Amino acid sequence: MIELTGVTKRYGAQTVVDDVSGSIESGGLISIIGANGAGKSTLLSMAARLLPMDRGSVFVDELDILSTPSDQLARKLSILRQENTLSVRLSVRDLVAFGRHPHSKGRHTAEDREHVERALRYLQLEELADRYVDELSGGQRQRAFIAMVIAQDTDYVLLDEPLNNLDMKHAVEMMRLLRQMTHDFGKTVVLVIHDINFASCYSDRIMAMKDGALLHHGTPDEIMRPDVLQEIYGIDIRVEQVDGHRIGIYFA
Amino acid sequence: MSTRTSPLPAAVTVRRGGPRPRLAPGAWIGVLAVLAAASVALYLTVDLGGDLGYVLPRRINRVLTMVLVAYAVGVSTVLFQTITGNRILTPSIMGFDSLYVLIQTVLVFLLGSTGVVALGTGTRFGLELGLMVAFSWVIYRWLFTGSGRSLHLVLLVGIVFGTVFRGVSSLLQRLLEPSEFVVLQDAMFASFTNVDTGLLRLSFVLVGLATLAAVALRRHFDVLALGRDTAISLGVDHTRVVTAVLVVCSVLVGVCTALVGPITFFGLIVANLAYALCRRFRHRHVLPVAVLLGIIALVGGQVVLEQVFAFDTALSIVIEFVGGLLFLVMLLRGSIK
Repeated sequence: MIELTGVTKRYGAQTVVDDVSGSIESGGLISIIGANGAGKSTLLSMAARLLPMDRGSVFVDELDILSTPSDQLARKLSILRQENTLSVRLSVRDLVAFGRHPHSKGRHTAEDREHVERALRYLQLEELADRYVDELSGGQRQRAFIAMVIAQDTDYVLLDEPLNNLDMKHAVEMMRLLRQMTHDFGKTVVLVIHDINFASCYSDRIMAMKDGALLHHGTPDEIMRPDVLQEIYGIDIRVEQVDGHRIGIYFA
Repeated sequence: MSTRTSPLPAAVTVRRGGPRPRLAPGAWIGVLAVLAAASVALYLTVDLGGDLGYVLPRRINRVLTMVLVAYAVGVSTVLFQTITGNRILTPSIMGFDSLYVLIQTVLVFLLGSTGVVALGTGTRFGLELGLMVAFSWVIYRWLFTGSGRSLHLVLLVGIVFGTVFRGVSSLLQRLLEPSEFVVLQDAMFASFTNVDTGLLRLSFVLVGLATLAAVALRRHFDVLALGRDTAISLGVDHTRVVTAVLVVCSVLVGVCTALVGPITFFGLIVANLAYALCRRFRHRHVLPVAVLLGIIALVGGQVVLEQVFAFDTALSIVIEFVGGLLFLVMLLRGSIK
């Protein structure tokens, strides 16, 4: 369980994340939705110790992220940010192998190599394994970074807009894969996502943020309602039932 | 989920033409080590006329200086570029050289050339090194341990520092007596020929200590190159490790600038050549390759300069010229990102 208590972030006079408290239960896929500037990515970064909090605390399975050694946390929780550029030249396999760093500290065992190969297989990157990351397309690079996170093999996986750069086919595959991870390995995947319909179809729970505050936290059925969505986004969104999923229609 | 990936990868693999006959990084290290050793041997033995007891110790001194500088510049540039996540910034581009010139100028301005001489080389060296390490530590720590400072901002800050230091220096130089200025000018160009044995010994000790610190941190180097966020996610205590690496860089650059004077493009060139030779980025390959390339360039360059062209001019000028040209070529070919 990830427990947030009074988490706050300010930039000057502007409060980006405002006194957010709540807990994310273990297991399942949790989507964080909200308008631009709602504080989703900032909250995710603070929960993963990438950004210092101005106030509040975050506990990951009883571990205080502020006082727990970084390498111990890295075996528990991983995060992938949106912009993933490398200034150095690495093959896809090299990159994925870095996911084993918290476990092996650079000396890879047979088990580490097995994890790397499994992650490559899982993201269908075997054919690309010996290519250089800087020669890949945006979507392929995104998958390579996700594979690194999978090789890290943490209980909690935090992803900031993992569908960025992915076309429809790869976006659907990515969402299936993330949910499959939660089923196959019992992982907890928390992701920031803009597409409410992906959130609706694949999430176990949805957290909705607005103006830095946590507005709603519930199942897709509870969140995907015109009145709730109106409150979150400030626009009218029709919700239809399609193949057992609630789909928001907001294009016209 | 589809089990088939797009046909693009196969096509691209074909275009790349399969495994080209390329030396593995380990083999490169071997080849370069032989070349470096040959350069040193040549430098020490070629044209050893006259009094051996006089010529040989002087040559050994010079060769040790060049090896030390190649080592310090190679290691500090690669590590600096690793923690700053780019391949263009080097400590000297970040205003280090200008600071060196400023310190020299201020010393001559305040104490006069006789006063500087009276200070003694040891004291002067210590003063310069201390100031440079302190400066770099404060500035670079501020710039690089926080989250998300853009490369452009950092580069701009470096340029501004350089300009300020140079501006103050040139103002003070205008106020100097011409005779004092000549003394100053002597100290402002890199020279491998007039290095004091005592300073060299002290430099070796300092570089040795910096190396011990670097060895203790070595497990983190490759991960640091992935960038701050990824490094933290992979369990690196980023602020602590980056600060430690910055201190190591400061000591290395401070030692070699205070020892032989400013050299701007040298680090940039050996580091980027090392990246290109190693292909896949691993510090255990890139660092030795960068150092060996540096030794070949400095010692080999000196041999060529003295024997082939019969020049007795400063090698640094040639290195800066060739380095600058090479840098432009690499920039145009797009191999620097």
